[in-house]
Amino acid sequence: MPELNLVQAINQALAEEMERDDRVVVLGEDVGLNGGVFRVTEGLQAKFGRERVVDTPLAESGIIGTSIGLAMAGMRPVPEIQFEGFLGPAYDQLVNHAARFRTRTRGAITIPMTVRVPVGGGIHAPELHSDSPEAIYSHSPGLKVLMPSTPYDAKGMLLAAIRDPDPCIFFEPKRVYRSFKEEVPEGDYEVPIGQAKVVSEGDDITVVTWGATVFQCLAAMDELPDDVSVELIDLRTIYPMDTDTIVESVRKTGRCVVVHEAPRTAGMGAEIATVIQESCFLHLEAPVQRVTGFDTVMPYYKLELEYLPESPRIVAAVRECLAY
Amino acid sequence: MPKKTVYKATIEHIQILDEDGKLDASLAKNTLTDEEVAFLFEQMVIWRHLDEVAFKLQRSGRMGTYPQNKGQEAAALGSGFAAKKGTDFLVPCYRENAALFLHGLAPHMILLHWMGDERGNQIPDNVNCTPISIPIGTQMLHATGIAWAYKIRKEPRCVVTYFGDGATSEGDFHEAMNFASTLEVPCVFFCQNNQWAISVPREVQMASETVAQKALAYGMPGVQVDGNDMFAVFKATRDALDRARKGGGPTFIEAVTYRLADHTTADDAKRYRDVKEVEAWTKKDPIIRHRKFLESKGLWSDKKHAEIEAKAKKIVDEIIKTAEGIEKPSPADIFNYTFAEIPEQLRVQRDTMRTNSLGQDPSQTGLKAQHAHTR
Repeated sequence: MPELNLVQAINQALAEEMERDDRVVVLGEDVGLNGGVFRVTEGLQAKFGRERVVDTPLAESGIIGTSIGLAMAGMRPVPEIQFEGFLGPAYDQLVNHAARFRTRTRGAITIPMTVRVPVGGGIHAPELHSDSPEAIYSHSPGLKVLMPSTPYDAKGMLLAAIRDPDPCIFFEPKRVYRSFKEEVPEGDYEVPIGQAKVVSEGDDITVVTWGATVFQCLAAMDELPDDVSVELIDLRTIYPMDTDTIVESVRKTGRCVVVHEAPRTAGMGAEIATVIQESCFLHLEAPVQRVTGFDTVMPYYKLELEYLPESPRIVAAVRECLAY
Repeated sequence: MPKKTVYKATIEHIQILDEDGKLDASLAKNTLTDEEVAFLFEQMVIWRHLDEVAFKLQRSGRMGTYPQNKGQEAAALGSGFAAKKGTDFLVPCYRENAALFLHGLAPHMILLHWMGDERGNQIPDNVNCTPISIPIGTQMLHATGIAWAYKIRKEPRCVVTYFGDGATSEGDFHEAMNFASTLEVPCVFFCQNNQWAISVPREVQMASETVAQKALAYGMPGVQVDGNDMFAVFKATRDALDRARKGGGPTFIEAVTYRLADHTTADDAKRYRDVKEVEAWTKKDPIIRHRKFLESKGLWSDKKHAEIEAKAKKIVDEIIKTAEGIEKPSPADIFNYTFAEIPEQLRVQRDTMRTNSLGQDPSQTGLKAQHAHTR
């Protein structure tokens, strides 16, 4: 089986789905001839033509707004927003339009669209190229929010998202784009939306994370003593959240650390801690711990590793949680 | 009622110094003096050198992503020179470094920004500009607001805001143009049409024949100039500023230029751009024509050029030494500028560099051991 990195796996998913379904169109800034600034759409325009792989004008609100129209008219748009920091102008179209059409038309008009967005820090990128806004969109009812961390999951989740009848934001952690390869099967398979993955089973403590920090957590696990048994959960879909997998794990371990790059306040860690409090109250041995970005603006790259929840902070939190 | 024409307009293109260094003397009247051209040309050579060294810094891992300004220096210098230093205000994008330097911004600050350090944006009080702006097409609204404040306070000051051809596709651009023209604020919208928005050429970006004509929809004067000609750029900008200062409202200037380098160091323009097109524009490089002009006036020579290049090297070496000599900021800086006064929760995060409750309150950790002991 061929080994692909995250970029290649997403590219393959797009190419295969465009082959299968002629309603699928890819659009965005520089996605055509240039193949996207991260080369995720490389070769697609050559293969499927300028009608289906479209270099749009430089306008994020325009990209998402017209994607909504395309979706309404029976297409399956897969727009790309170049960096998560440029979602700002598209916010109104995403939250006030895409997310609401099904509800406000009582199902008469629906928006099956998948917005691909590179996300997160750790690659020495310029300002507004390193944020983690997944909580903002998870707090916007009507949007599904996905963030795969591996090539295999990325391909299967992207196919599931494109076929989903509702608008999905598909966040792609930049730090993982080319960091490793794994076996990705050619051809069709789906990784269902809303299913977390237990990366490693354990009995002493649960660690919940998603995106690039999965690998910070794995690094942290290597630093812990051998007799500490960690259950690592990769959430994969932020919304709708697989609370069953989290609850089942924490009922077993009694302890939980949530790790994410986004700021702490009103981040997804707060939601997860609440779910645990609601459903595992009598099983808890320690307060749920959050290892996250700080409640500040994402700093420029000289200080980005001080901001991001790198493995030493995760190790310390796991130790503290275990010692409680 | 018969049909009638209710609106008709044309867009002027101004070129004063052509690519061979030939000057239209009548149009050049009351623009730049020979001494001013010599001074600005020297600036051009120095900042071109800085730009090339900045590229190498990125390639050797000493700086992050950097967007080269190469080829667009005449647009930056001609317009920046027209604005009054210390009075007028510049609201830039990121491809007009030379204009900012003319207005007193220390060049190492631009490098510092691209070295991933916010202190590169810490503009001193005596420099009238905002920091470079990354999200495309957003800053023109800020420029409009600044100009609006000048109008409210009846200050004889103007704003020049810079952006590219691609930025005119953003909604914020159109909102800024409409606000500026309806409020009649003293703002000059200076569009550096460098033909490319990363990989998307101007003719794919927009269906309009010129960028300048977009101004007409807002009832704003729009003019197109040869952006590699400092005379034309200076004249158009100065005229626009004169008008604005007298209460005549905003103007839109389209400076037709070319991005001779990649979009940024993270880009590879060879993937999407015809080498022949780049070669053709390389012949229109502002450095070539302004040097030819000065040589024709007897104000420049090979010897003089070598002197200036040596001077540029020295200046740029010093700038890089300054930028690289600035120590990494303290992690506390991540927190200290979030608000005027730091909220308590944020203070705890800063002082502990932790976000988990047990890490922030070490007295709670180790409770298990204590409990075991007391039991």
